[in-house]
Amino acid sequence: MLRFLVRRILGAVVILFLLSIVTFLLFFGMPRDPALLMCGKTCNPTSLANIHHVLGLDKSIPEQYWIFLHNLILGSNQFAQGPCPAPCFGYSYHTNDPVWATMMDRLPTTVSLTLGAAVVFLIVGLGTGMVAAWKRGTLLDKTVTAGSMVISSMQIYFLGPLALAVLVYQSHLFDKPAYNNFTANPVTWFSGLIIPWVVLSTIFASQYTRMARSSMIEQLQEEHVRTARAKGMSRRYVFFRYAWRGSLIPIITIFGIDLGTLLGGAIITEYTFGLPGLGRLAVESVQFSDLPLLLGVMLFSASMILLCNLIVDAAYAFIDPRVRLA
Amino acid sequence: MTTLTKDAGTPAPADAGAFLSVRDLHVSFKTEDGVVRAVDGLSFDVERGKTLGIVGESGSGKSVTNLTILGLHNPQFTTVEGEILLDGQELITARESELEKVRGNKAAMIFQDPLTALSPYYTVGRQIAEPFMKHRGASKRAAWDRAVEMLAKVGIPNPKERAKDYPHQFSGGMRQRAMIAMALVCDPDLLIADEPTTALDVTVQAQILDLLKDLQQEFGSGIIFITHDLGVIADMADDIMVMYAGSAVERGTTNEVLRAPQHPYTWGLLNSMPRLDSDLGMPLNPIPGAPPSLLTPPSGCRFHPRCTFQDRVGGTRCVTERPLLAPDRASACHLTADQKRTIFLEEIKPRLA
Amino acid sequence: MTEDMVLPAQHNPVTVGEPLLEVSGLTKYFPVKGGFPIRRTIGHVQAVDGIDLTVRVGESFGLVGESGCGKSTTGRLITRLLEPTNGSISYRGQDISHASRRELAPVRSEIQMIFQDPYSSLNPRQTVGKIISGPMEINGIEPDGGREKRVRELLEIVGLNPEHYNRFPHEFSGGQRQRIGVARALALEPKLIVADEPVSALDVSIQAQVVNLLQEVQRELGIAFLFIAHDLAVVRHFSQRVAVMYLGKIIEVGDREAIYTRPRHPYTHALLSAVPEVSLTDDGDSAGRERIRLAGDVPSPISPPSGCRFRTRCWKAQDKCATEEPPLVQISGNHAGHLTACHFPEDPTTEARDEDIVLDPALAALEEEG
Repeated sequence: MLRFLVRRILGAVVILFLLSIVTFLLFFGMPRDPALLMCGKTCNPTSLANIHHVLGLDKSIPEQYWIFLHNLILGSNQFAQGPCPAPCFGYSYHTNDPVWATMMDRLPTTVSLTLGAAVVFLIVGLGTGMVAAWKRGTLLDKTVTAGSMVISSMQIYFLGPLALAVLVYQSHLFDKPAYNNFTANPVTWFSGLIIPWVVLSTIFASQYTRMARSSMIEQLQEEHVRTARAKGMSRRYVFFRYAWRGSLIPIITIFGIDLGTLLGGAIITEYTFGLPGLGRLAVESVQFSDLPLLLGVMLFSASMILLCNLIVDAAYAFIDPRVRLA
Repeated sequence: MTTLTKDAGTPAPADAGAFLSVRDLHVSFKTEDGVVRAVDGLSFDVERGKTLGIVGESGSGKSVTNLTILGLHNPQFTTVEGEILLDGQELITARESELEKVRGNKAAMIFQDPLTALSPYYTVGRQIAEPFMKHRGASKRAAWDRAVEMLAKVGIPNPKERAKDYPHQFSGGMRQRAMIAMALVCDPDLLIADEPTTALDVTVQAQILDLLKDLQQEFGSGIIFITHDLGVIADMADDIMVMYAGSAVERGTTNEVLRAPQHPYTWGLLNSMPRLDSDLGMPLNPIPGAPPSLLTPPSGCRFHPRCTFQDRVGGTRCVTERPLLAPDRASACHLTADQKRTIFLEEIKPRLA
Repeated sequence: MTEDMVLPAQHNPVTVGEPLLEVSGLTKYFPVKGGFPIRRTIGHVQAVDGIDLTVRVGESFGLVGESGCGKSTTGRLITRLLEPTNGSISYRGQDISHASRRELAPVRSEIQMIFQDPYSSLNPRQTVGKIISGPMEINGIEPDGGREKRVRELLEIVGLNPEHYNRFPHEFSGGQRQRIGVARALALEPKLIVADEPVSALDVSIQAQVVNLLQEVQRELGIAFLFIAHDLAVVRHFSQRVAVMYLGKIIEVGDREAIYTRPRHPYTHALLSAVPEVSLTDDGDSAGRERIRLAGDVPSPISPPSGCRFRTRCWKAQDKCATEEPPLVQISGNHAGHLTACHFPEDPTTEARDEDIVLDPALAALEEEG
């Protein structure tokens, strides 16, 4: 197991490395000079060249990449804005703030939004999916199936504003979405996030309901499940001990991808509810041709997805001894 | 199997007569294309300590019958009619909780493919111990010890350690042994083995068949042995029931059915099967055509579209009238007893030499 | 249905009895990946390990063995669906073991394959006509009277209605599909057909129909067969010469008579004695045949036993068997062409012994009690 984890982590590092190269090349492939934005209205060739020099953009691309890697791993004191300890992504072209600190500032919003919603949609989705599978063919099952179909076809930019309009602006039942620090006041943290959580998890839960139901039904038709029933084990026991375990495997696969993507920044959700998370940061970094910020957000999002994948693989091994002992 | 005495509902005495008796069983499935009559009027008995071999090709209803005995069919799409008496208890109308007490306890099953029929998620020991805990109220410890004991009995070397292994760590033959251990852990009176050696290699199959026979001596269970292989059935069964398109076409003792078969389908099976000592000069003599669809089964005798002896019956009887299967030694065919005897001796047997 | 077969005349007559396909030292290893921290090849599945065999013009050569013995891999190597690791395959004197696609093209049309599963081996989206004319199309062959006429002819040869030219595979039963597979194999008038378990997915009554069809094809068209199967009785019925494989090696080869009535290798004995048989005489089941029950399953082909591969399950094994691999030779008492790879061969008979050989410990224990 340990060997497996070490191998996967090494693999992840390689992927991140390749990803940073690709991001670098793509950035310089853009027909836009980041220095122009900073140069402002009084721009002349001398000041532009000066900015190029300050940002290091006058160096060759491999050289710039080398400096980027060096700073990332060892930190740097070369920046005019001040020291930049490892992992150093440098300073934002646009705001002049240190990139790492900016990301760490936005992270709690994204993590709170994502994890909160994930807990809800996983529990609700699996729960209703399993109830539907248990009651397969009944009216309840058909209602759940149809309902989840309808909901999962909705999009966040439809359901979000709708929830805001009805629950917040019209009836004032809930607070306007906002991120408040958890450690400062857990109550306002909760009340500020409840609407985004509900909307996000409603959409995701409906997908997990359908997935859990079909996966469970598939498992119930497995031969080993029939064997368990032929041994005289009760329907409940067979359902929860034999079928459930196998049904989790496709679900965690998707869950790992969803969670990783959301942790890397739920762009539309954040925009819909005006939450300043990593997703917005990513969009801003592209808008302002902010190379250090872009690299930071890209690598951070990718790390999240890779991390979630790693957790999924570890979960496979936990669930299925064939993976563990292979 | 050869007795047809007890009235429905009367519990059979401990070790006399049929332990299982199935009467006029009908099983049909609702499908998108219509109703499939998988089993259509089937009756048979199984005694303790005896083996009934059910032989038939795919779609003959042999597996469905046996899933129905233990109530393992999907009740939503399946209609079951008739009577299944196990040790005097009616199973078709029994509640699920009552069936649970029977399954794995009084009657157990062995399936075809031990790789998919055992759960990949639990150790072999645990899977064997579970029914013992459930039916005997044994503690975890005691059930585990029993599982190890059973593994030793079915010939798993080093059973104490192997009980902690998962099915995928076992070889094919070992898995089927574990499956047998699981089925026998509560000392059932009836063991239903559904093609238990079809997925195995021939040398392993020979081991498993002998093991089942030897264990039957020790446990005294009645066995229903389902297979498509006449050679296997000859080796295992005391009595044979031949099934075709959802009903029994012939039954009798193994000797009777294999050495003096009466039904044209049984003749066809024997004639189409090459043997290690059969004459090489002659081509095989296959049954023409293919088994019928059970959505629209043929009228009259189900076998008539493939039967080459129809003209000997004369008229349209084979097409219009369904031949019935009498109790005891019998075959469901309109040919007269004399015709059956002479046709077999003069036309079928010479081809088998 | 096969009574009125229409058989086309043989085009390039070849002399029966001369070697058509010669295989020597044929080896296929599949890599096993693993290791740390970088995955690499840590071993090999020795699927086929240095086998020699010859299929003669017009004969049916049977290859039997249990799962994992390498018989299917051998078939795939010969049809070049797999690339051999080592050894040579020569077809009518031409070495095709590593021939390129282009070099192989003329040979491909002469070596055809019939597969086990009639459901997955036919493209469900193609009509029967398209499936059967496929090989002609690929090889750019335009028979007299056109492809469609030829396909109708082929359908008739395999006992199907030529009118069913435009139907799809799902409209046919398993046995009929296998006939379609046979028709496809016959489309290019092959000299050799590799049939990999062609009947084992079929019901008993249908099996016989397909076996008869193949036999007629073999005899009437003079096509040589490499017939791969696990069913010993079917192989005996179909093949004039038979090779028995165990863990990637041929352990015994000879004509049908030699293998089935005068086997010398202990494994051949065990295999034959394990076949369950319907006995038609009244003196009890399987009377007169020897009874051998091996212990356990076949070992892993990743690390096969040293020396003789069967020694771990053999009742005659001695120290020599572990150190020295027995060569496949004609041992004393064998007829010409009957080769056995064994240091301590058995008597050439399948008669019952004074005492059964029961190596399975559980069986032995239970039978001791009883």
